[in-house]
Amino acid sequence: MNIIVCIKQVPNTTDVRIDPVTNTLIRDGVESVINPFDAYAIEEAVRLKERCGGKVTALTMGPPQAENALKEAIGLGCDEGVLVSDRKFAGSDTWATSYTLACAIEKLEAYDVILCGKQASDGDTAQVGPGISTHLDIPQVTYVKKIAEINDKTAKVERMTEEGYDVVEIPLPCLFTVVKEINTPRMPSLKGMMRAKSAKIAKWTAADLDADPAALGLDGSPTRVVKIFTPEARKGGEMISGTCDEVAKELVELLKGEVV
Amino acid sequence: MASIKVHLEKCTGCTLCVKACAFGAIHMSERKAVIDMAKCTLCGACVAACKFSAIELEKSGGPKKDLSAYKDVWVFCEQKKGVIQSISYELLGEGRKLADKLGVKLCAVLLGHGLEDAAHKLGERGADKVYLADHPALKAYQDDPYTTVLVNLVEEYKPEVLLCGATTIGRSLISRVAIKTEAGLTADCTGLDVDLKERLLLQTRPAFGGNIMATIIAPNHRPQMATVRHKVMQEAAVQPGRAAEIISKAYPEETFASRTKLLDVIEELTNTVNISEADIIVAGGRGMGGKENFSLLEELAKTLGGAVGASRSAVDADWIPYSHQVGQTGKTVVPKLYFACGISGQIQHLIGMQSSKIIVAINRDPDAPIFKVATYGIVGDATEIVPALTREFKRALNK
Repeated sequence: MNIIVCIKQVPNTTDVRIDPVTNTLIRDGVESVINPFDAYAIEEAVRLKERCGGKVTALTMGPPQAENALKEAIGLGCDEGVLVSDRKFAGSDTWATSYTLACAIEKLEAYDVILCGKQASDGDTAQVGPGISTHLDIPQVTYVKKIAEINDKTAKVERMTEEGYDVVEIPLPCLFTVVKEINTPRMPSLKGMMRAKSAKIAKWTAADLDADPAALGLDGSPTRVVKIFTPEARKGGEMISGTCDEVAKELVELLKGEVV
Repeated sequence: MASIKVHLEKCTGCTLCVKACAFGAIHMSERKAVIDMAKCTLCGACVAACKFSAIELEKSGGPKKDLSAYKDVWVFCEQKKGVIQSISYELLGEGRKLADKLGVKLCAVLLGHGLEDAAHKLGERGADKVYLADHPALKAYQDDPYTTVLVNLVEEYKPEVLLCGATTIGRSLISRVAIKTEAGLTADCTGLDVDLKERLLLQTRPAFGGNIMATIIAPNHRPQMATVRHKVMQEAAVQPGRAAEIISKAYPEETFASRTKLLDVIEELTNTVNISEADIIVAGGRGMGGKENFSLLEELAKTLGGAVGASRSAVDADWIPYSHQVGQTGKTVVPKLYFACGISGQIQHLIGMQSSKIIVAINRDPDAPIFKVATYGIVGDATEIVPALTREFKRALNK
């Protein structure tokens, strides 16, 4: 089974801080990590390989340093890594990003399953997974919390919903976006880390893809940012003190209007 | 190819752009802005921040199609088991305002089976027209038939704006429709407005976990699509007797073809409300001390008609299922009232709840970061204060 896992390198949000004086983002020394949701996609890809045999290819689009994310993915059990990187991709919104990744996937050998995290922690859009499947014209199931059955023709999976879950049958090749509930990612093994160190990452530019140049990067992105501002910082409010009963009484008085 | 450049004669060296850049790509050299192209992502944040129009983002190509053919504001109305979901009413409330500003009609789109009565309800919620596709294959959500039908409708009637809930269904569906119709799509908007002159939808959303806000437009593409989270917009009021024109659409059978097959729909009944829809959330963290103490939170939630939420550490400790987790790897919630009980307030948790209208924090540690975002803070043991609150609320509500 050929499995592709699409990942993204994102700033570690634990490190993103707001400068209290200027109210702007402090990015100095912010570490880049694999998008937390993609860790579950990587783990599920490796588990699928262990279950059905085959190969896992990790794919990312990003700046040159995104290579590190692919090496990390190899350390976690992926077999190969492909970095799609070019200035021509700068300014890509989710439309152009999913188009670029779909073009890269078409260049790879035939696949059975594509896995993505449900969303990235820096953009939170949840659009790129469905975007890729639409560009490739393959079926998808989003928010997958369990791949209950899978063979080389079909899979039976559980999709998380607001109320519970749906059981969906889907023919391969297909795309899944996965949620945290699907597994507990393993730690990188020593062997994996050694392999990651020496792994060769394939690097593709726009010229390597069979892509329409007008559909790449900012030019291929329908959306544009026109304004950026810092939301009014939420200020710490009133502290209430006293005995348990006193604070409870006071708080109930303050909140009465909200709860009736 | 798109590019960005600094007009040195206009640059005053004010450094606003340096502060606006989330990628650390701009520095000052001899009091002029210099953009490091290796780091720049062409996001446009600096262009928006510059007060002197000194930075220009050049993009090749204009509109590929006649944008003036697109009019009306559409709302995709989600239904489950034939029941219109409350997010749809919230979108109709906001859609009405946008349609009135633009001087166009507000149209609801409803896909399902046996929905004649439900369609009429949408008129009472402000819709002028309802596009109704009624077919057994649309009874429950499936990506393929829903996408095909919505794409057909968009291509035939050409709305200028299409709003959709940022729900499991909405996010899966609208992402596919946006690709197929070559539309711009903005996720999880918290504010919507229009630029009347250019007839642009101004879509404001949080970025970087709510640390900055970005306003996004799609100047050369139609429809302008946006998803909106639960509880962000005000529900449209019911106007009894108000009727919408119902336009029933029939399509050939192949339109409803689905590659996936829905085998079963499982509802996991919990004793509490779904946290993304709750007006009041009582959430607990490690400071609750153990699984057994979560019953205290349930008791308070029940008294207030709210839902129980949790921090990641409480979920990881198996005190409560993942579906209750608030924060970066859980759900983002915007209730009217959020109780953070024994939650220290790590950034990952704050990201998921800091837009709540009122936040009450109860924590033993007076220096816990949660107090920095709390409307009301109480330093103390949540396991003692929560029951006292339940008692007082019961008294106040005569329960």
